[in-house]
Amino acid sequence: MEATASVDNAAQAEENKLKTMKEEVIAQPSVDDIQGTVGTPFVENAKMSMRNVNVYYAEKQAIFNVGLDIGKNEVVAMIGPSGCGKSTFLRCMNRMNDTIDICKVEGSLTLEGQDIYDPKLDVVPLRARVGMVFQKPNPFPKSIYDNVAYGPRIHGLTNRKAELDEIVETSLRKASLWDEVKDRLHAPGTGLSGGQQQRLCIARTIAVSPEVILMDEPCSALDPIATAKIEELIAELSENFTIAIVTHSMQQAARVSNRTAYFHLGKLIEVNDTEKVFTNPEHELTEAYITGRFG
Amino acid sequence: MDNLNLDQHISGQFNADLEELKTQLLEMGGVVQQQIIDAVAAIEQADSELAEKVMVIEDDVDMREVRLDENCTTVLARRQPAASDLRMVLAVSKATRDLERMGDEAQKIAKMAIALNEEGQAPHGYVELRHIGDIVEKMVNSTLDAFARFDVDAAVKVARDDKAVDREYKSAMRELVTYMMEDPRSIGRVMNIIWALRSLERIGDHARNIAEHIVYLVKGLDVRHTSVKEMERQVKDA
Repeated sequence: MEATASVDNAAQAEENKLKTMKEEVIAQPSVDDIQGTVGTPFVENAKMSMRNVNVYYAEKQAIFNVGLDIGKNEVVAMIGPSGCGKSTFLRCMNRMNDTIDICKVEGSLTLEGQDIYDPKLDVVPLRARVGMVFQKPNPFPKSIYDNVAYGPRIHGLTNRKAELDEIVETSLRKASLWDEVKDRLHAPGTGLSGGQQQRLCIARTIAVSPEVILMDEPCSALDPIATAKIEELIAELSENFTIAIVTHSMQQAARVSNRTAYFHLGKLIEVNDTEKVFTNPEHELTEAYITGRFG
Repeated sequence: MDNLNLDQHISGQFNADLEELKTQLLEMGGVVQQQIIDAVAAIEQADSELAEKVMVIEDDVDMREVRLDENCTTVLARRQPAASDLRMVLAVSKATRDLERMGDEAQKIAKMAIALNEEGQAPHGYVELRHIGDIVEKMVNSTLDAFARFDVDAAVKVARDDKAVDREYKSAMRELVTYMMEDPRSIGRVMNIIWALRSLERIGDHARNIAEHIVYLVKGLDVRHTSVKEMERQVKDA
């Protein structure tokens, strides 16, 4: 009898504990209380400048008045809980959201001073200048060679075999994939391993010599070795390209980026040098997120 | 961000790990504190047995240091802490080292107690020892208290007290040197007291180091190698 009572007591205590935990989770600050961004969202040599950006999916507002610069040859990591708007914001930067009918983007987004939402602007060359790498490696069902040569061909960069060969080789080299695939350039790209496929997609992106590369969780489908290779690659690529990366891995943000931007419920809470964000963040929400204090 | 909310992680195990680090540090601090009190008392009361006890406890302190270091390493490897959690682990790891050094100094004081008993009491220096011993014991106590409560103001006060200890130590040295010049036969015995005073002064320095780790832990500021005034200013601005 006594034993059952103590089990009941334990169960009751556990339940109370869960209840208080739930209450603590609910007691997070409401989005209305958050005003502006702390830290250094703007830089002097900005490659891309975003100001007062608001994004709506139909009636629902997904991004609230976000302002952020991506400096030349800088790696900016965007972190935040699921649904905080970091991917939405990234996709605004090369107008990927245009493909979603109900999505409306307001504010100023410029690439070297040029308004990328100018109605007269053709999005195809824009996406060549601002390339994108996605979460899941998505090589075309073509050969490795044709995957990389695809962009230069459709953008009319060149049609001469010798020049294409050179572009393919340099791009694969830059993506640290050349040595692994040089003997089987005409094998299908889909036959590569996940990590290799992702590097192939990066090679395909850089083949058209973009100025900015957007990466949307590029390593979340990869194992740690492939992830390390991509991260190494990001460091090398930042010498020639400007990179914005969305990642769920805080360690990854800490490893690869110069500055880190923390998004929360559609607002940009804090942007600071990565060392600062991970050792002594300014905003308590950033602190709570990177130390795993709420989900 | 004075409230570090160390118990608010999604992972309850992580809360427990960090809490455990802090508890172990404070326990180690308690042992070292007692060591210092006993070492000073051993000289004052000419109690060689008490001095022996201080020296035996040193092994326990060393073992605690090793265990705390292991636990810090484990938390770093398994949790990859960031921000205040990272600062917590680093501060504990550094404070552990300072506590261990304090224990070493207490052991040196105990050795002097035994030497004084064997070679005969010093004619002077006991008043100074009592006086500086009192300040240092209080400092160590407030340091541990400040760590337990993440109290930056208390930490700054410890740094200020350390300045006072340095002044007292210098003035005691001057006096004892004068005595030794007047009575050269007492040099050997007075030197034993001077070594003990020197150890107390070093313990004060380590307490100040821990106070600096507390400022780093709570405010994220590195206030090492700065004056107390500068430290106060930075803490106020942060």
